[in-house]
Amino acid sequence: MPPPSAARYTATAIALHWLLALMLTVSFGVGLYMHDLPFSLARLKLFNAHKWAGITILALSLLRLLWRLRHRPPPAPAMPAWQRRTAQATHGLLYLLFFAVPLAGWGYSSAAGFPVVLFGVLPLPDFVAPDRAVAATLKSLHGALAWSLAALALLHVAAALWHQFIGDDDLLQRMRPGPP
Amino acid sequence: MTTRSLRLFTLLAVLAGTAAPGALAQPRPLQVLADGSEIAFTTRQLGVPVEGRFTRFEARIALDPRRPETGSVGFTIDTGSARFGSPELDAEVPKPTWLDVARFPRARFRSTAIRSTGVGRFAVSGKLEIKGQAQDVVVPVQIAPAEGPGQASTASGSFTIRRLAFKVGEGEWTDTSMLADEVQVHFKLALAGLAPP
Repeated sequence: MPPPSAARYTATAIALHWLLALMLTVSFGVGLYMHDLPFSLARLKLFNAHKWAGITILALSLLRLLWRLRHRPPPAPAMPAWQRRTAQATHGLLYLLFFAVPLAGWGYSSAAGFPVVLFGVLPLPDFVAPDRAVAATLKSLHGALAWSLAALALLHVAAALWHQFIGDDDLLQRMRPGPP
Repeated sequence: MTTRSLRLFTLLAVLAGTAAPGALAQPRPLQVLADGSEIAFTTRQLGVPVEGRFTRFEARIALDPRRPETGSVGFTIDTGSARFGSPELDAEVPKPTWLDVARFPRARFRSTAIRSTGVGRFAVSGKLEIKGQAQDVVVPVQIAPAEGPGQASTASGSFTIRRLAFKVGEGEWTDTSMLADEVQVHFKLALAGLAPP
């Protein structure tokens, strides 16, 4: 029997983790860059790409959540209870935000009178009617939630690195890409 | 006004009214009610339908549905009144690239011919002028009669124009793969005083 530290997430969970890490980082960066660009073709392209990425993130996050519910994560290395609880709370909030951030963005787009058309071909339903006040609120909410997600992701990365290199418990091997 | 002159005035008014159904006389102008009337349009940006509307316009419509050829339709639209869902578009569209409101504060439509195309249906041909560019258009109109006395009739319809024919969207925005050339115009007018069909 391999030592507990050798247990890894499933290949699907690892792939989804790193793919979503990349997509979330790029989308956050594009969102920051584009939001005060002057009206132009470039802005229109970036806004649409950002929306398509957001909807893709939403769909992949749903897949990821379903996968997570059916596949128990490998046991974590021994750590104090407060660290375990903080990690669980961070993971819970991250999952919540994987859904909340794109949904707030989608709602903002609809409220601002721009229905989302995925990849320019598939019109998605508007679950919020066009309304300026609602659009302004959802815009702020989308931004605040995205910043919260960024802050939690930083905490998550910092904690993982701390465990790996200072706690020296080889935490990262559970989620490291590549063969076991 | 004395009783006598009031009678005379009434008599003249009645005479004028009965004279109107003469051969080629213009029918009486209808009243376009602001409440229940709108001129809206839909553009497509990367496949995304974006709705806008003009909040200020004047319409002069004279139409006898039994003799549509005697009618006339004229619109003057305040180009500075284009409103969208987002304040960013409201601020962008008056610029020279788009409607150039400073140089062209009004868009106009003047009918040249109206013909019947079916029960309650008409084709209104005319000239549409936007941003100093005039184009011939044919606007299909459907009129739903008033549902009761004192109620308004509704004229509605939609037609497609090509924005580039009016130089709307210049420079990089002439790329129709990003912003479609076709703009669908749709309107609804609440009319008072329309003769029953």
